[in-house]
Amino acid sequence: MEEVKKISETEAIQMLHQYNDDLLPKEFGIIGKTWTILLLIIFLTGIYCYTNQLREGLAITGMRDFVFWGIYISNFVFFVAISLVGSLMTAVLYLMNISWRAPLTRIAEIIAVAAIIFAGLIIIVDMGRPDRVVNMFLHGRIQSPIIWDVMVVSTYMTLSILLLYFPLLPGISFCRDRLTDIPNWQRRMYTILSLGWNNSPEQYRIVKRAVTILSVMIIPVALCIHTVTSWLFASTYRPGWDSTNFGAYFVSGAFLVGCGGVAAGMYLLRRFYSSYEKYLTDDHFDKVGKLLVLLAVVYAYFSINEYLIPAYKMKGEEGHHLTELFTGYYAPMFWSVQFFGMILPIAILLFKKGRKPLPMFVMAVLVIVCAWFKRYLIVIPSMSFMPLQELPEEWKHYTPTFPEWAITCGSLAGALLIITFFVRFFPIISVWEIAEERGIPSGTIFKHLNKNNEK
Amino acid sequence: MEENKNKPERKNQERRNFIKSGFAAAGLALTAAGLGKVLSGKEDSDTGEKINVLTTDGKVMEVDSGHIRKSETCCVSPSEARTGIPGKKWVMVIDLSRCKHALKCQHACQKYHHLSGMNVWLKVFRMQDAENTAPYWMPKPCMHCDKPPCVKVCPVSATYKRSDGIVLVDNQRCIGCRFCMAACPYSTRSFNWEEPQLLHETSGATYSPETGFPQKKGTVEKCDFCPDLLRQGKLPHCVTACPNGVFYMGDLNDDTVTNGDETVRFSQLMKDKSGYRLNDIIGTEPSVYYLPPVDRLFPFKDPVKEANIGKEE
Ligand code: SF4
Repeated sequence: MEEVKKISETEAIQMLHQYNDDLLPKEFGIIGKTWTILLLIIFLTGIYCYTNQLREGLAITGMRDFVFWGIYISNFVFFVAISLVGSLMTAVLYLMNISWRAPLTRIAEIIAVAAIIFAGLIIIVDMGRPDRVVNMFLHGRIQSPIIWDVMVVSTYMTLSILLLYFPLLPGISFCRDRLTDIPNWQRRMYTILSLGWNNSPEQYRIVKRAVTILSVMIIPVALCIHTVTSWLFASTYRPGWDSTNFGAYFVSGAFLVGCGGVAAGMYLLRRFYSSYEKYLTDDHFDKVGKLLVLLAVVYAYFSINEYLIPAYKMKGEEGHHLTELFTGYYAPMFWSVQFFGMILPIAILLFKKGRKPLPMFVMAVLVIVCAWFKRYLIVIPSMSFMPLQELPEEWKHYTPTFPEWAITCGSLAGALLIITFFVRFFPIISVWEIAEERGIPSGTIFKHLNKNNEK
Repeated sequence: MEENKNKPERKNQERRNFIKSGFAAAGLALTAAGLGKVLSGKEDSDTGEKINVLTTDGKVMEVDSGHIRKSETCCVSPSEARTGIPGKKWVMVIDLSRCKHALKCQHACQKYHHLSGMNVWLKVFRMQDAENTAPYWMPKPCMHCDKPPCVKVCPVSATYKRSDGIVLVDNQRCIGCRFCMAACPYSTRSFNWEEPQLLHETSGATYSPETGFPQKKGTVEKCDFCPDLLRQGKLPHCVTACPNGVFYMGDLNDDTVTNGDETVRFSQLMKDKSGYRLNDIIGTEPSVYYLPPVDRLFPFKDPVKEANIGKEE
C-alpha cells in the first residue's frame, strides 16, 4: 500500500488507460460461443420439459407421497446457498476494508444475482399449482416459514441487484462511450442502463454511500435467506431436519460453496481472457484459497455438530436415518461428499502449491459439485422413515426422472447463462475499484474518466 | 368452480350441478339427484312430480321432485366450511383390540370419497413396537390435531382448523407446496400428482372442502372426518362400514362416542380401557384416541406373511 500511494499523475493516467483497454467486455471466441449455445440448448430442454410438467402435473417427476420433495427443493437450497457469496465478497470484505477483494466483487455479485433469480424460479417449478402463486399475496399467512422465505428472498434479490448495479454504473457509461463498433441495440441498452452517468465526483460520492448502506443492509438479509431456508426443514418433526443447528449449518455451508463458485469463476475468466491475468493474480487465488480453507473448517465444525451428537444417541427414527447415511443406502454418496467436498479441499489448500490457480479450480469444482449432492442428502433421506406399508413398490425409493433432471439442469444452465451474458456485455472487473485498490487518487480517476467522455 | 368449465358432458352435468333457488322452493338451495345419491348412498325414487329449478348457469330445467335434496345435506361452500359445526368438538376412538384387518373402513372411505389412483386416506398398518412384542393392526386416519403442525406451516391457509376440531383442506386455495406433508408427523396427507381420474358422478359436482371432491391436480388431500355426514347427524363412512365396531365417533362436549351399535361415555371408555393418543409426546394433541390391543377379539393374522408362506412351500 505504502509505495503505491506515490503514483504520479501521468503514471496514474497511463495505468487507467491500460485498465480500460484490458477490462472492456469483448466478443466471445469460438469456445465462448459453443459454451453459450450449449447452455442455451440445456436451458431450452428444461423449459420444454417444464411445459410438459405444467400439462401432466408433478406426476412426471419421481416424487410421490412418500418422498414428496425431490431435487427441485435440493436445487433450490443449492441456489440460495451459492447466492450468499455476494454478501460475503462484496459486503463483508468491503466493510472489513480488505483491499484484494476489488476484482472479485462483481464476480461474486453476478453469481449471487443469477442464483437467487433461479432459486425463485425453481421453487415455483416445484409448486403443484404455479397458477396460484398469487394466493401467497392474497391469503399469505405470516406464521408460515414459506412466507418468511418469500419475503427475505425477494429482499435479498433486490439488494443484490442494486449492489451489482450501482458500482456498475461507471462501467456501463464507459461501455456506452468507448465501445465503437457495436450494434445499435447494444448502445441503446448502455445508454438506458447508465442512467445518464457522467462521472461527476458527486455521482461517485452517492454511489459509494449507497454501496456502504447496501453492504450493511445485505448482511443480515443474507443470513436470513439461508437461515429461513433451513427452517423450512427444521420446523418439522422429521429426523435429520428436526435440528436446532440447522441455521448455522446451512449458512456455513453456503459461504463455502459460494467461495468455491468465485474461485471457479476467477479461474475461467483468467483462462479465457488473458488480459485478466494482471488483475486476477496468483496472489488473489492464494487469498481466496485461504478463505476457502477457513470456511471449510467452519463448515466441518457445524457438520460434526449436526451428525456426531445425534449419532452418539442414535435415538429411534433419527438413528435409523443416520444409519442409512453412514452405512446404508446413502453411504457412498454421503462419504464421497464429506471427503471430496470438505476434507480433501482443506488438505490440498493448506499448502501454498495447492492454492495455485489450477489446483484451486479443481478443488472449487469439487466443492460446488459436492455441495449440490450434499443438499440432496439433506433433503431426500429424511423422508424415508415412516412405515413402508401400503405403498406401491415404486414409491418407496425416489429416483429423479429424466424430465426432472432436465428441468434442474435447465435451471443451472439458466443461471450460468445470466453470468455468461453479463461477462459478454459488461465489465466483469470494475475499473474504478481496481484503480482505487491500486492507490490511484479518486480525483485523478474522475478526471480521467470524464475526459474520456468529452472525447 | 373454475374447473367445471371444460368438462365434456354438459347435459348430464347440469342435472348434477348444485342447483340454486328453485321456482318451487323459493329461496331454498337445492341439489339434484346424482349428488344426493352419492352422499346418502341411497337410490332416489321418482315421484312423478316435476319441479322447475334454476341451474347455476341460469337455465330453467325440469326435474323430478324425488331427485331434489336440501342443500345442507350436500355441500357447504369453501368459506362456510371454515367454521365448524356449532357447539361440537369431534373425537374419534379406535379400539385396536377389535381390529382384524378387514379393511372395510378403507374400502368405504375410498368409495364414498371417490378416491382415485393411489391416494388412500385411511391406512391400516401392521404394527410391532419391538422385536419381542406382539404385532397388531392399527387403522390410521388423520389425527385432526388440536395443535396441528400442518395448519401452522401452510402459507395460504388452505389447510385450517375449525371450531369443531376438524382440520380440512381447501383444494381451491392450496398452492401445492407440500409443506404440510413435511410438517405432518403422522404422514396422513396425500398429493394429487396427476390429474385425478374423476368418476362419472363427481366430475361435475360442486366442490366443497367438506366432501373433498372433485379432487384437483397439484393439491393435497387427506381424511376429513366426513363433516358432510356429521352435519346431517350421521357417522363417518369408516365407522359405519367396520363390521367389528373398531371406530367410535362422538362429541367431546357431550362426552359420548358411538360406533353405531353401542354408545358410551367417552371419559369412561378412556378410563376403563386406558386410552392413549398416537405419539402424544410431540405435543400435537390429536383428536383421535386409541384403545390398546389387549384382550383381542381376533388372533393376529398377517395376510402378507401367510401369502408368502404359501408361495415358499
Ligand atoms: S400443500 Fe396446500 S395445504 Fe399444504 S401447506 Fe401447501 S398450500 Fe397449504
